[in-house]
Amino acid sequence: MTSVSTREPTEVKKSGGFTASAANYIDERTSVSGAVKELGRKIFPDHWSFLLGEVALFSFVIILLSGSFLTFFFDASMAEVHYDGSYAPLKGIAMSAAMQSTMDISFDIRGGLLMRQVHHWAALLFVAAIGLHMLRVFFTGAFRKPREINWVIGFVLFILAMAEGFTGYSLPDDLLSGNGLRIIDGLIKGIPVIGTWFSFLLFGGEFPGTAIVGRLYSLHILLLPAIIVALIAMHLLFVVVHKHTQYPSAGHTNKNVVGYPILPVYAAKAGGFFFIVFGVVMLIASFVTINPIWNYGPYDPSPVSAGTQPDWYIGFADGAMRLVPPGWEFVWLNHTYSMNILVVLGVVGLFIVTVMIYPFIEAWITGDKREHHVLDRPRNAPTRTAIGAAGVTFYASLWAAASSDIMATHFHLTMEGVIHTLQATTLLGPFLAFYITKRVCLALMKKDREIVLHGYESGRIVRLPGGEYVEVHQQVDDFERWKLVSYNDQKPLMLRPNANGKITVPEQVRAGLSRWFFEDRIAPVDQIELDQAHGAHHTEIEGSAVQPAQITDK
Amino acid sequence: MTRKPMNPAPKARKGRKAGRRHPLASVALIAIGLLFTGGAYAAFSTTTASAESDANSQQTIDDGEKLFAANCATCHGLSAQGSGDGPSLIGVGAASVDFQVGTGRMPLQMQGPQALKKPVQFTEEQTAALAAYVASLAPGPAIPEGEVLDGQGDAAVGAELFRINCAMCHNVAGAGGALTEGKFAPSLADVSAVHVYEAMVTGPQNMPVFNDMNISPENKRDIITYLKYIEDNPSPGGLAIGSLGPVAEGLFIWIFGLGAIVALTVWITAKSN
Repeated sequence: MTSVSTREPTEVKKSGGFTASAANYIDERTSVSGAVKELGRKIFPDHWSFLLGEVALFSFVIILLSGSFLTFFFDASMAEVHYDGSYAPLKGIAMSAAMQSTMDISFDIRGGLLMRQVHHWAALLFVAAIGLHMLRVFFTGAFRKPREINWVIGFVLFILAMAEGFTGYSLPDDLLSGNGLRIIDGLIKGIPVIGTWFSFLLFGGEFPGTAIVGRLYSLHILLLPAIIVALIAMHLLFVVVHKHTQYPSAGHTNKNVVGYPILPVYAAKAGGFFFIVFGVVMLIASFVTINPIWNYGPYDPSPVSAGTQPDWYIGFADGAMRLVPPGWEFVWLNHTYSMNILVVLGVVGLFIVTVMIYPFIEAWITGDKREHHVLDRPRNAPTRTAIGAAGVTFYASLWAAASSDIMATHFHLTMEGVIHTLQATTLLGPFLAFYITKRVCLALMKKDREIVLHGYESGRIVRLPGGEYVEVHQQVDDFERWKLVSYNDQKPLMLRPNANGKITVPEQVRAGLSRWFFEDRIAPVDQIELDQAHGAHHTEIEGSAVQPAQITDK
Repeated sequence: MTRKPMNPAPKARKGRKAGRRHPLASVALIAIGLLFTGGAYAAFSTTTASAESDANSQQTIDDGEKLFAANCATCHGLSAQGSGDGPSLIGVGAASVDFQVGTGRMPLQMQGPQALKKPVQFTEEQTAALAAYVASLAPGPAIPEGEVLDGQGDAAVGAELFRINCAMCHNVAGAGGALTEGKFAPSLADVSAVHVYEAMVTGPQNMPVFNDMNISPENKRDIITYLKYIEDNPSPGGLAIGSLGPVAEGLFIWIFGLGAIVALTVWITAKSN
């Protein structure tokens, strides 16, 4: 012992108990201290809306854990069996092995039903959290340079999450999932030339066949999760590389990040938050039924239940199909062209692609090549916020249409009335939403300007010596004022001739769009205006503010 | 010591052993009481039964006709021949009357896409009289009774028949569903077996008729058994949130799931005071 200590005196001096020696042991073998030093000091700003992406991530972890449990017992086979489990109303009924194993998970395997419900509820939460996270990113302009690529990655994750959800929804081979697959089959068959071939390829013959569950299972547990994990890793890597955005506030600039370091504060918070999210999902899964396949029974191509809908995230596509007026199919050259399907595929596809590439569209229109790490308050980018509101209205109308029958029964409306109303909101709603949102944003900016220049109304009325009554205005403090005045004031692009002295058509289009984007704007208050306003007020308010103070002092 | 005061008691008991203090006296008393009550009940119910068997007597039919003239004839015509406001009731049978009046759908509150279920307007006797009157006009389906309503059939067969024949309008769990132009298939929760059976044989409003050739009485019994099963057995997964399917689930996760999570994110990131 003594010889050891004399030979390596430094080791002994460093030792500060078990933790220190264990850390040292690991570091000497992995050199991890460099990474810990780098990542541990990484700063994350604190705002509730920055946690929505984490909710999605944590939901995904819950899905992986509960999904692994389900794979132990699920049998992805469409071989016909006769159910012989505990649920009486299905006893002896012919069904696929997939359905039977799902029934067994639900009724005969300890904790199986809870795990099924955890898996499904977490899946709904996963996509919902992604959706809310995307809305936050969009409305605060967090997709601007340098984060355009990460927006695209996130959006692809959203699409993949929907694909995961749909493949999972189809696995139990119950009546509801079979109806969903039938709709997909119909959609595919509606595509000219390749449709029928593609459907036969996918289902291994005529629908429903005996192959589809096994194929969807491979996608659901192997290919799609692998891609999702890889993209999540990239998504998070970019967050580290770009550093996190922050809301405008005093001291927040494009060159810094104000917040807490990962170690110890943020790691502890996020780690705790994981268990909170897990707890919420567990509570919901314990108390609320989801996808009661025992009600739906095994898939049979003839019945369709009233109230058959996809899970919420596919609802917008289902709703789009419901909104198409009848009679759009036509026959040409002895072939039927199902415009009712093709138009929906086209419109939904265009919407998805537009959302995906929106950062590039906006960057081109504004010509803004600066890096942005400070977020926009939604009101300070009125046109973008209005575009977002229009998009949300469009999506929400399609989404609502998927529940048109439920709305009709529960609000005692006619089905046709609901559909016609939603057709109107789908087509006209976005324009109305755009106009209203833009005006509201501009009005809010005017209000901000007013507050910076003249302060808040304090509600204190003071009588001046001359008999005049004035209301004392409370000036905003410096921190608050920073938030109200420090935003990007963008102006429409100037139409300039290029190097050859010509004004090209794309440039004209771009200038036109830029004008549309920035024509209506409220300039932020500048120093001169501020000085003038306060100079003008000082004489008026100082006198009034001092006197009542003296009165109240007595 | 302790037994001493008790000593006289056995003597006393001995003396009264044959009387009202006999150990079996209370049993006998209960037996007598039960015999009386049961006998009285039996006698009473036979009289009720005989009253019911009188349902088709001329007296009942006449009562029904009077009720009909006062409450139904405005729309269905004085001799039930129908009018512009209501269909003819000749040949619809007692089952139809018992369903429509017994669930409160008739008399109609107002013209609309379909007659709504509401508090029942007539007593059972009056309903029976109306049914007897309408049944006397022409033969039609009678009010079902006996084994077909007992809910002791095969729930698995019933469930399959329900999915194939009923679920497209009433939903797989009988939660109801939408039809065109404001009409709808109502929820089947808390509907009595006799009304379910009557609805199947008479096809009220937009519902098709499932006669005995389509679905045998035995299979109708199975369907009733299934409906009784899902009514008596709450969802194994917890709250059924209306058994409405993915729409209810989606609303739940957005409002309560994500709502709770967002509230928690606000809590976690709140600055301490």
